[in-house]
Formats: sequence, C-alpha cells, structure tokens
Amino acid sequence: MKKYSVFAVAREAMRHHTGWNRAWRDAQPKKRYDVIIVGAGGHGLATAYYLGKNFGITNVAIIEKGWLGGGNTGRNTTIIRSNYLQDPSAAIYEKARSLYETMSQDLNYNVMFSPRGVIMLAQTEHEVRGYKRTAHANALQGVTTEFIGPERVKQLVPIINLDGPRYPVLGGLWQARGGTARHDAVAWGYARACSDMGMDVIQKCEVTGVRSEGGKVTGVSTNRGDIDCDKLGIVVAGHSGHLADMAGFRLPIESVALQALVSEPIKPCMDVVVMANTVHGYMSQSDKGEMVIGGGTDGYNNYTQRGSFHHIEETVRALVETFPMVSRLKMLRQWGGIVDVTGDRSPILSKTPVENVFINCGWGTGGFKAIPGSGWGFAELMAKGQSPLTDAFGLNRFQEGRFIDESVAAGVAH
Amino acid sequence: MLVLTCHACGVTAEETEFHAGGEAHLKRFGPGSSDEDFEEYLFMRANPKGVHFERWRHANGCGKWFHVARDTMTLEVFGSYSAQAFAPPEELLSRIEDRRPGWRGQD
Repeated sequence: MKKYSVFAVAREAMRHHTGWNRAWRDAQPKKRYDVIIVGAGGHGLATAYYLGKNFGITNVAIIEKGWLGGGNTGRNTTIIRSNYLQDPSAAIYEKARSLYETMSQDLNYNVMFSPRGVIMLAQTEHEVRGYKRTAHANALQGVTTEFIGPERVKQLVPIINLDGPRYPVLGGLWQARGGTARHDAVAWGYARACSDMGMDVIQKCEVTGVRSEGGKVTGVSTNRGDIDCDKLGIVVAGHSGHLADMAGFRLPIESVALQALVSEPIKPCMDVVVMANTVHGYMSQSDKGEMVIGGGTDGYNNYTQRGSFHHIEETVRALVETFPMVSRLKMLRQWGGIVDVTGDRSPILSKTPVENVFINCGWGTGGFKAIPGSGWGFAELMAKGQSPLTDAFGLNRFQEGRFIDESVAAGVAH
Repeated sequence: MLVLTCHACGVTAEETEFHAGGEAHLKRFGPGSSDEDFEEYLFMRANPKGVHFERWRHANGCGKWFHVARDTMTLEVFGSYSAQAFAPPEELLSRIEDRRPGWRGQD
C-alpha cells in the first residue's frame, strides 16, 4: 500500500495524478477463510480491521451483497457522541469516540473527524432532569459532558430560538468532544487497511445460506459459490433477521425505516451538532454547507429504504420553530435506511445458538458513532470468546431481563 | 405513504390516520410460563422480508384495532381483517398467493 502523505500529493501533482492506485483490491472469493464477516459496512470492516490489527487474524473475507458502505454507513447523519446513561453503553461508545480521534492517523486515511461538539437540547422539564442525571452518570463513567443553561446554548448556537411557544430551550447536555466524521471515508479507510493486511473485501457477493454441521458453522453459500470458514460474523444491520433465519435462530429485532435529508448549501451558520430529542430532529452543517437533518423512525416494519413523508414533515416543522432561519431553506435530497431496532434500544454483540457464529446488530438509529468501538469489541469477542466491551450486550439479556435500557434514558432520538 | 382500510369502520385513509401496532397473532405467555416462552412473546419477532401480518389502530378515527397483511419489501397492502381473528382469513391468504406465487404462509 502506498502511504498517503503531503509528499505523495506533491509527487502526483508533478505527474498529473497518474500514479494513484486503487485503495483496495477487488478480490475474488477463495475456497476457505479463517473468518468470514458478512456485511462490508462500517461495523463489519472495523471488526475485520481489529481482528487483524489486535489479534493477527488476517485470513479474513468481508463479503457484501451490494457495494462497500452502501447501506446505513452511507446513509446516516454522521453524528459522533458518547453521552449515554447506562455504563455498558457509555463504555463502548466512549471507546469508539476516542478511537475516532486518531482514526485518520491510524488508517492513514482522512476520515475528516471534526470534534465540533454536540448539544442535546432539553426542551421539557423532564428532559432537564434526565440530562442532568446523564451528566452525573457520565462524570462517574469518565465521559466528559456538562449540563449547560439556555444562555450558553445561545452562545454556542446563535441561530437558535430559545423561547419557542411549544418547545422552549431550557438547557442542554453538551459534549465538547463529540462531533461528526465523513461516513464514507470511515468505510473506505477501513477497507483499504484490511485489504493491505491481505484480507479480501468481496463486493456483489450475496449470502444465500449458512451451512453448519452438528450445530457448528462450516461456511456460507453465496451467489458466487460456497465459501468455508471456521468462524462467521454477521454484521448486516437491518437484514440481521434474514441472516439469522438462514443460520437457524431468531432475533429480538424489528427493521424499520429511518430518514434523513439535506438542504441546499449555505454559508457557515452553525458549527456544532444540535439534537432535539423531544421533537425528533437533529441538525448539523456539512463541510459543503448543507444542513444535514435527521428525524425519527417510521412505526412499521419496512425493508424498502424509503419512509413516509409525514415524518420528514414533522421533523422539519419542529426544527423551523427552534431554528426559524431554516424555513427559508430548500431541501435538496431525502433518503432512508433500514435500521434494526431491539426491545431495549441497545445493540446485540453476541455468540449465537450456532457455534462459531457471532452476531453484531441492533444498533438501530445510532450505529455510526459506535463503529470503531463496536469493531474493537466484536473482534475481541470473535477471537477470544469474550470481551469486556461486549459482555453486557449478549443475546441472553432478553431472557434474563438484564436490559441496557437506553430507550427510557432518552440517550438517543428514536 | 400507506393507504389502509379500517376493518372496523370501513374508512380508507392515509397512514397518518393510523398507528402501527407491530406483529400480529403473537401468542401471549404470562406468569407461570417458561423463560423461553416469555422471551419469545415479549421480544422475538418474525421481522420477515415479504408478507407481514400486523396490527394497526385507527387512532385518528374510530379508535378500533384491526389486522393488515402487507409486504415489507414493496409496501403493497393485501388487505385488512378483524382484530378478533386468531389467524388471517383463507380468502386473504389465497389473494396473497395470487400476488406472490409460491409464497408459504407463516406460522
């Protein structure tokens, strides 16, 4: 792999940029791998990367039915934060956030991590109490957050309207080290590093069956032939139930559509990320100047990657009250992704009833921020059979009633 | 935007008038049942790619619950039936079979 650097840019400038190579090899499937990861999105690629980097396991294939990072990795609103209430959540999301800080250097790939700060607005008395509690919990967890008053919110976000009739801004939970990153670049950077370690990133390779013998996985069937493996990692977000069905077990997951939209590009007007969870809207400004807006999920099961217009309408209607200037903006694009939602709104990183099949799913509406931490923990789980980061996120928690309840903790906009 | 017909009052309306209630025909397991059965009832869902039987409530209308058969891959609505039914009616199943040849009914 040729290292990207200022010298490489200068060298290529001298020869009309004819010397850039492909960032990763277009691999053909081999007969057998030690580990197969299904799903070349952020979480799958990060898992493969840390399997190689932390555990020296490099005979790995990452197979993907579509194109690399074409699912939820390329469809989210790129927010990174770790201000969760429950200890296991804070641990894995904070691990992820800290890995994002050095990701560009680690991968030698610019993921444009921008720790610009994230505010979660408190717009009801209930939220004020909730976020104060979260700030205290975060202090114990070693996550730096702070509850700030309305004046400080106004200082950080001059375009905000503090005294909206329906949703006045009463304060906010401020995480100064949260921010955004370029989501495609995260997938591309990991893919390049994986390919460099000798792993095969195989696109347009759809799994059609999971083969096992005596309760132990032996490989997968795909539209490009059978591939054998010792261990199988399923990291396919919205399609997890479908893959689990092939492997012969069920999941406590429902797949629903989550939508986002962007406005026309405008001059810089807001240099932090603002989330308003009461009204299901969140907004940041991209480097291109577009206002990136995300909303809530639809209520019904859906695999179509498009959602209902009235959810967009509700989100925008609420944001217009909090950010009056948004009312003059034209919206350019709108899209949807299929998110996998669990009963307690926390992910599943777990062994499964089939030996050597591992599953990483259930990130629901907030998976992008967790990518490196999820990959780090899941790689350890796959290599060693357990990991302190993932222990609490096992499938058995639903039977044991040991929930990691972020749904009532309002850690995320649902 | 889904267009659904309320089986209780017969009104056909856009989905904003309705509230989705999740998978239909779950068998309830309460106190005294095994942990597996209770988990199955509370959390495990079929979540199929394709034909899905589900509960809806006519929230901004007559307020009644009813059942809908819908395709999660195309958003096609096959029809509504009574909330009191323990299984989809035969007539609806054959209509789905006409639209999706080879489709096998769920448990």
